Amino acid sequence: MGVETFQYDNRIVRDFGIATVVWGAVGMLVGLLAAFQLYLPELNFGFGPTTFSRIRPLHTNAVIFAFVGNGMFMAIYYSLQRLLKARMFSDLLSKINFWGWQLIILSAAVTLPLGISMSKEYAELEWPIDIAIAVVWVIFGINMFGTILRRRERHMYVAVWFYIATFVTVALLHVVNSFELPVTFVKSYPFYAGVQDALVQWWYGHNAVAFFLTTPYLGMMYYYMPKAANRPVFSYRLSIVHFWALIFIYIWAGPHHLLYTSLPDWAQSLGTVFSIMLIAPSWGGMLNGLLTLRGAWDKVRDDPVLKFMVVAVTAYGMATFEGPMLSIKSVNAISHYTDWTIAHVHVGALGWNGFLTFGILYWLVPRLYNVQLYSKKLAGYHFWIGFLGILVYALPMYFAGITQSLMWKQFTPEGFLQYPNFLETVLQIVPMYIIRSVGGTMYFIGVIIMIINLLLTVLHGKFVAEEAAEAPALEKHAMHDGKDPYKHRALERKPVLFLVLTFIAIAAGGIIEFIPTFLIKSNIPTIASVKPYTPLELEGRDIYVGEGCYNCHSQMVRPFRSETERYGEYSKSGEFVYDHPFQWGSKRTGPDLHRVGGKYPDAWHYNHMIDPKLMSPGSLMPPYPWLAEEFVDAEVTPRKIRAMQTLGVPYPEGYDQQAVADMETQANDIVSRLGESGISIDSRTKLVALIAYLQRLGTDIKANPAAQN
Amino acid sequence: MEVMILLICFSLLAAIVFLVAFVWAVRNGQYDDMTTPAMRMLFETKKKQDIEKGQENL
Repeated sequence: MGVETFQYDNRIVRDFGIATVVWGAVGMLVGLLAAFQLYLPELNFGFGPTTFSRIRPLHTNAVIFAFVGNGMFMAIYYSLQRLLKARMFSDLLSKINFWGWQLIILSAAVTLPLGISMSKEYAELEWPIDIAIAVVWVIFGINMFGTILRRRERHMYVAVWFYIATFVTVALLHVVNSFELPVTFVKSYPFYAGVQDALVQWWYGHNAVAFFLTTPYLGMMYYYMPKAANRPVFSYRLSIVHFWALIFIYIWAGPHHLLYTSLPDWAQSLGTVFSIMLIAPSWGGMLNGLLTLRGAWDKVRDDPVLKFMVVAVTAYGMATFEGPMLSIKSVNAISHYTDWTIAHVHVGALGWNGFLTFGILYWLVPRLYNVQLYSKKLAGYHFWIGFLGILVYALPMYFAGITQSLMWKQFTPEGFLQYPNFLETVLQIVPMYIIRSVGGTMYFIGVIIMIINLLLTVLHGKFVAEEAAEAPALEKHAMHDGKDPYKHRALERKPVLFLVLTFIAIAAGGIIEFIPTFLIKSNIPTIASVKPYTPLELEGRDIYVGEGCYNCHSQMVRPFRSETERYGEYSKSGEFVYDHPFQWGSKRTGPDLHRVGGKYPDAWHYNHMIDPKLMSPGSLMPPYPWLAEEFVDAEVTPRKIRAMQTLGVPYPEGYDQQAVADMETQANDIVSRLGESGISIDSRTKLVALIAYLQRLGTDIKANPAAQN
Repeated sequence: MEVMILLICFSLLAAIVFLVAFVWAVRNGQYDDMTTPAMRMLFETKKKQDIEKGQENL
């Protein structure tokens, strides 16, 4: 058993570290801009690409995939090598992982502001980028598993298990949620429609939180926290138990994002039950992290790294207590669509992900550069301003969420809505929006302090690109129980295991093959009066999707009296069968739009889109004047119709030839109606198409009330 | 709601993959020792010459 000498690759860790810091600052800055726009909509500078509905997805994608994503790669590439006592499997794959990921981020930063978006939250990127993500992710997986196979440490520390679960599940989620039919290079329609699309999306969305923002970070907690405290984790047994419990429960909790929607009741209940169960493994991890510091709390007083980590783990505990609570239907009835959700996710993002990343950076950068941290004092300032920033951010958002929700639900003694004007409930919480942006600014200032501190640290140190280490080689074929060394022969001797593995392989292939036909057949209408969109409405819908209207407007009237009084008949699942993608939204900064069709004249919508303040004084919605100047690309329309036919939408055979003519007729109708109000507009503009879509919304069941079910 | 069958299939698939991994881990003896792994990860194995040269990390 010879001792082998090898080098750890620190270069890839440093590169991901730089990307983490740079993209983190960018993503948070975009978030700040969005926060300011919520009370100063003029801050979009009258420019489409900097308007709230386009930069909000940019912010979420940047902080999730660019900041946390790069942070995860940085931390994994450092800890994996050391835990397994092996250099990364391939330097080339590491480099492809790095540059591929940065290119994906860049393409997101370009396409989202241009209004190229699938509108599925945290999966907004269009199909070419989706493919790139899958490829780069698989490369990361090969690199990780290659390293695992070449490890010199037989036991895989619990952090490695968390990393493996992250890889496997994110790959599955991303692929399943990205089944889409391309129309052009920058436009595609999801295979799923309506309720089904919503369910797939939130199965993905919830598990993205679970397996992109949580499991890798728990793995990181289990490596970096004991390292920073120089103590073993409180209970290794607990870490193993809560790992397996967590990953088995998490994947079933997605429907809690769709409580009181048109999703079948039993699916909602399933989501609720699993969400509540989740508190056990989540708190197991949280307590295990905190108790690691038993007898070492004096270190927390002096060490900024531990300070950050303690707050991170505490924030994780709070967010994972709140999550199950928000999954209870009666709590969700109050919290959903409000800023409560925003508060909840930011406790997780700013506290758990942000602070753990900062703690790791302060620990890691001095080690990469073989030097002490430039200033502990500056790190302390960062900690306090960041910590207070989280509080100043989250508390007003809780206040805003509950206030607004109660205003939505308040009736007068006579039985009328006390606040029938939606805008009134928004203006009420503007002071909270202002305070929130102060909290966000404080947090961002902390990040700037960190960047300065890390830069000065780097300048005083010398980068250790190749860190030498030595470890005895793993005895190749010695299984602990002395069984057959050759893996496949071992498999053959275990018929049950072999059977299961074969089944998995076959099932995976089979499921992937029959998905398309299966989904198309299932998109059958259940309400006879619900008809496909006209070509103009379809174009208008694509504009609604691309501009990101779903960021502030839901299309889902829940079955509460307060909602049916305000918006109209509650939404039914059969109404969404032609919605590729669904547009239910998750936040109401503006009113629900599912029953907006026919509520106002065309001219109202025209004026409202040109300048919302004209129609509702004090409105915080940004104007969309460019829609009156840009044209719908009628050349693509027939292709869109054909794509919809492929997806099972029952347009008549050969309708794509007729589509453009029909589109012109309907557009001219709208233009002539607008003309009666003294408005002149070109019939080919996007605004005309959008008006057609808005006027259609939710009207189908009114056409034949007997068909309601 | 046929998509639910699909999602349940995929979720079960993930669960089965995890289950197989769990069974493998137990049989491989990954969890035979619940004490030393937590200690062992705290120590780095540096190259001897580096330690002698005083290049030990912080």
